[in-house]
Order: sequence, then C-alpha cells, then structure tokens
Amino acid sequence: MSERTLRIGALYPDLLNIYADRGNLLMLQRRCAWRGIGFEVTRSTIGDELDPDAHDLLYLGGGQDRDQQLCALDLTTVKKDAVHAHAARGGAILAVCGGYQLLGHHYGLQPGVTLPGLGLLDVHTERGEGRLIGNVAIEVEGRTLAGFENHGGRTILAPGQEPLGRVLAGHGNTGSSGHEGARTGNVIGTYLHGPLLPKNAWFADWLIAAALGIDPGELAPLDDAFEDAAHAGARRAAGV
Amino acid sequence: MSAPARSRGGLPLSAAVATARLAGRAARMGGKGGTSLPGKVLTRLRPDAIARMADRLEEGSVVLSATNGKTTTAALVASILEAHGTTLVHNRQGANMAGGIAATLMGSWRGGRPNGRLGLFEVDEFWLGGLVQQLRPRVVLLANLFRDQLDRYGELEAIADRWHDIVAGDDGTDGAPFRLILGADDPAVADLGLERDDVLYFGVGDVSVAQTVADHASDATTCRVCGAAYVYTASFVGHLGHYSCPSCGHTRPEPQVVATRVVLDGTRGSDVTIALPVGSVDVRINLPGLYNVYNALAAAALTHALGVPLATIAAGLSSTAAAFGRAETVVIDDRELQLLLVKNPAGANEVARTLALADGQLDVLAVLNDRIADGRDVSWVWDADLELLADRVRHVTCAGTRAAEMAVRWKYAGVPSDRIAVVPEGIGAALDAALDAAPADPTVPLYAIPTYTAMLELRQELVRRGAAKGSFA
Repeated sequence: MSERTLRIGALYPDLLNIYADRGNLLMLQRRCAWRGIGFEVTRSTIGDELDPDAHDLLYLGGGQDRDQQLCALDLTTVKKDAVHAHAARGGAILAVCGGYQLLGHHYGLQPGVTLPGLGLLDVHTERGEGRLIGNVAIEVEGRTLAGFENHGGRTILAPGQEPLGRVLAGHGNTGSSGHEGARTGNVIGTYLHGPLLPKNAWFADWLIAAALGIDPGELAPLDDAFEDAAHAGARRAAGV
Repeated sequence: MSAPARSRGGLPLSAAVATARLAGRAARMGGKGGTSLPGKVLTRLRPDAIARMADRLEEGSVVLSATNGKTTTAALVASILEAHGTTLVHNRQGANMAGGIAATLMGSWRGGRPNGRLGLFEVDEFWLGGLVQQLRPRVVLLANLFRDQLDRYGELEAIADRWHDIVAGDDGTDGAPFRLILGADDPAVADLGLERDDVLYFGVGDVSVAQTVADHASDATTCRVCGAAYVYTASFVGHLGHYSCPSCGHTRPEPQVVATRVVLDGTRGSDVTIALPVGSVDVRINLPGLYNVYNALAAAALTHALGVPLATIAAGLSSTAAAFGRAETVVIDDRELQLLLVKNPAGANEVARTLALADGQLDVLAVLNDRIADGRDVSWVWDADLELLADRVRHVTCAGTRAAEMAVRWKYAGVPSDRIAVVPEGIGAALDAALDAAPADPTVPLYAIPTYTAMLELRQELVRRGAAKGSFA
C-alpha cells in the first residue's frame, strides 16, 4: 500500500476554481496521507502540454464565463489528445460545473457563442433562462451525494448516456430531467460543488480507489465522525 | 374628476411613514427584530419614499459599496464627519438594501424633514443601481469586489458589469453626476474609472506589507481590457495589489490617497501614514489587519472629497471603535471575547492573517450559518486559508447550522481532531462550550469568528448575558 501514489493532474487551477475547488483536492490529499498513500499534484494551465500517462486522476473545476471560454479553447486544442488518451486507458476524471460542461460536445454559452467541448461525455449544454441555484442531493447506486449547485447551463444527455445520479432534491442537469451529472466509466461530470468531496467522504474514497485501480474496500478505514456529520448537514440543507 | 392630487403614490408621505412606524413597532413587540421591515412597508406604500426623503437632506447623500468593509468604512466616515460637526442620517447597523435605507431615512424623519444634514449610506453591491437612482448621491465610493455569496449574486463579473453601467449612466440614470472614488488596488473596481478623468483613487503604497504569493481566494486576475492575466508586483489582500497587464500594458492607476507607510500591530491595530493631495498625516488605526487599513483609506478619500481638513480626518480615524460585531471586544465571565465577522474567503483570510499575528495559542469559536444573509452556499470556507492557523489552534469549537462542515474544514486544514469540538445545539451552548474549553485566564482572549447571522445571534446572546450593549443602546 505504501508504495502507491495518487497522481493528480489539476487542469486550470488558476482559472477554474470558483467554487472552492481546492477543497476537493485537499480532501483527496489528506485522505491519502492518513493512509500512507503518496500524493502528487501537477498543475497545468493554458498553453501547458499534458502528459497522457502521468496522472491517475484529472480534475477540472468551475469558472466564470470568460475564464471558461479561455479554457475551452485550450482544452480542445493543446490538451485534447492527451485527455482522450488518459480516459482511453481508464484514467479517472472528475469535472465539476464549468469543467463538466467542457467534457460534453459543446456549450452554447450565449447566442452566437458556442464553446467547443471534449466529447468525452455524450452530453451537450445550452444556456437556460436564469440560474439553477441551491442545495442538492442525488442518489448514486443506492448512496447519496449532497452538495450545492449554481449553474446557468442546462446539460442534456444523449440517449444511452448514463447520468451520475437521480435527483432527490434540487435541480440537476436541466431542472426537469430528474438526472444529475453524467458518468462513463471513470469519467465523471457533475454540477455538485460545495465543494463535493468534503461533504461526501465515501465518494472521495471511491474516487481514490477508482483512480488507483483498486477496490474501495482495500482502503484503510478512517475516523469519519466529522465527515459523516457534515454529510448529514449537507443532506439536511437539501431537505433529504 | 379625480380625488385631490395627493401624490402619484396614493397615501401622503407623512401618513405612509406613520403607518410603517406602527408596523415596525408591532413587529418588534412580536419579537421580530428585523431592522428593515418598516422600510419595506414604507416603500410598498410609497415606492418614491427614499427619493422624496433623500431630497430633503440639506447636504445631499454619499453612497459607498464594496464586498468587504462597507460597515466599517461607513463607521470610520461617520466618526470623521461627526468630528467635523456634520449631522448624519446613516444606516449604521449595516441594513443596506432598499428596505434598510428606507427604514433609516424614516427613523430620522421629524416634522417632514430628516434630522441630519448629510445622508451616509452603505449600499449592498446588488442594490447599488436602484439606490443610486433614488438617492442621487453627491459622491459614490466603490472599494472592492470579492467573491461573496455567489448563490445570491451570480458571478463577480456580472456585478462589475452592472457597476460599470451605473458609473457610465447606462442604467437609466441621467448621466451619473456624482463624484466617483475607486479602490486603485482592485482591478475590477479601478477599471470602472477608465472612461472618466475625475476619479479619486485610493490604495496601499507600502510594499513591505505585501505577501510573497497571492492567496487562494484571488478573484478578477485577468485584464478587463484584453483578457490577459494580470502580473502582480505586490499582492496585499486577495487580488488587491499592484498589477499591470503584460499584454496591453493597462496598469493600476496611481492613487491620490495612499498609505505610504503601514506597520501592522497584531490584533490591536496598525500605524499608518496616509498621503492625500493636501498633505500627509500619521494615523493610529485601532482596528486590526491590512483590510482595515483599506477601510481607513477609503474613509479618508471620501471625507477628503467632502472637504474635511486633514487633521479632522486623522482624529476621526484614530477615535473609531470597531463597528457593530466587526472586531468588537467584549468581556464575559472575566474573559475577553473578540468578535471577528467572517463572511467570505477574502475576509476570512484577513482574519486568519490577523489571528496569526496574535500571541500564543488560539482559542476559537467558529460559527458557520448558511441562512440567506450568510449565503446558502458554504463552499467559501474551503477557499479560506485556515492552514495559516493550523498549528496555532489550541481548541476550536464549531457551531452554527453547518457546524460539522466547519469542523471538517479545520480538520483538513491540519488541526488535530481532538482539538475540535462540534456544538450544533444553539449559540448559548456553543459559547459555554468554547468558554469551558479555553483557559480560565483573563489575559487569554477567546476569538469568535461568526458568519453574519451567527454574529447577530452571538451578539444577542452577549447582550442577554449583559456582556455587550444592545444595538439600540
């Protein structure tokens, strides 16, 4: 166990960080450290080449419209092949909010402005009337994820694209589809921030295991009294 | 044909004021302490009430807005103007949306006129446009824009765009005839002055208090002219600093009101030299942290624009005590309790940096609420650099509606779990637990860092225990 290292590629941490995305990375870092698992973060921003074999998990956060636009362009040119290669060999990706939108085919940001996407998830996003804001809870394979959402985009899943979960409370992808996020294997997109992982320690561990290619049961248990209470608090805030 | 013309609004203003006052009294008797309720009733009865009442202010109004420091800056301005002999109509308690402003004007209304000469209003970022139209201020001061309560406001740039329209008069106001004062060190704010040549800028000049790296809560770091990332030669608070654009050459405007020397003195205050166009002066600021140096600079700039002499500005700044619940110190059970309002990552980072300068180990009561006025989204606690305090915390009691989330944040910041307690059962129990966990030593302060509604609850509890004065005292 101690020889393992979780290698994270943080994409555009300087631009896509609006909803305290570093909380997600901090959660992964500490939970690895407490278990004697090594942890490395490589930051990669506009213009940086990405090594397709250097990471177990790529992380993309959310950002303001203009920053997201800059990232979309870079992601679909400079980094496109590397991210696809990473996903093709089973590498994990967690993309939250604006990052999620960029994993789809495109995002119609405003009339006349369409951001290109990576097409790793079979979804596309259109700007809707008003923002979908509030506490949210979803059901994922019998378990619950709780967080906060705040997005102007409505993300539409193509037939056959699996959502991340089913909305228990809140808006989700479109406010009416009953679906939240999208998942293809280890590639996950979601609107849940808050940040997501500190409110859902079980999911942080699932992600660590998926990225390392092991079973979550192989991870040493931790004292999660505070984490469990915070999860309960986030669910309560969503009314679940 | 129609009834005698009373006014377009129906009820005469005096009758509307009387009705709204009754509503306020009834609400208070019913135990609802909302300071803006009578104002909301008034503006419902008379949508033009704010404009009509503000028209009667002999010296007009000044308006200030910012994400951080509004209430403290306004308190500093009030202190200076009172030393100058100006009587004020001022929303002192920070009720800064239309209802709160209406309630403030109404509270001052005596015999058909306000009982002060000048209106001093801090205004919520989102309400600025509407209130500028109604108040028609002489001076507008815009200090900073930080990431704050995104769930309520949408994104930062949207507010910057809105403010731009207000400044340019593109929002339906007729030409924006007010004097404009802007924070030079905040690019999102300073850029509002690009098309005007009469802007008064304020900023920090002393780079000895700059940080080596920008903190995690930095916002607005790309050039509004061309979109390239700004390069900072000095970074003070969040994204406030000395910046320039490497691509188009756009750069921080040279401020006319400058802190040329800053010496921070822990949680007690700072010693500052402020240079104004009329000369320079040494000032003791009895409020902690660099963020309060910014508040003092803003207050100096605003009162300078109103023609207050330098010596009066210095005297007013030095004599200001902490604004309501913001760095206020009270004594409870022979212990010192210092209240430091925390409502967003930039503010939290400043509080963390200030606490890091305090002596010894820290005993903390951290109260995280997620009510509407706090922001329903508590993400921001993860952007706050609590890591700065990780090895300084002797004990932290976590309370509020999201007490456990606060505990998780401290744990992942590096505070051992056995130094963290979660007390979600109400502010009284949390206060008791925090006092019990801290050493029974009058020289060791307990630091309370509540969010906005938590601060109101905590203060109410302190008043109940006789440790603090009521807000109407």
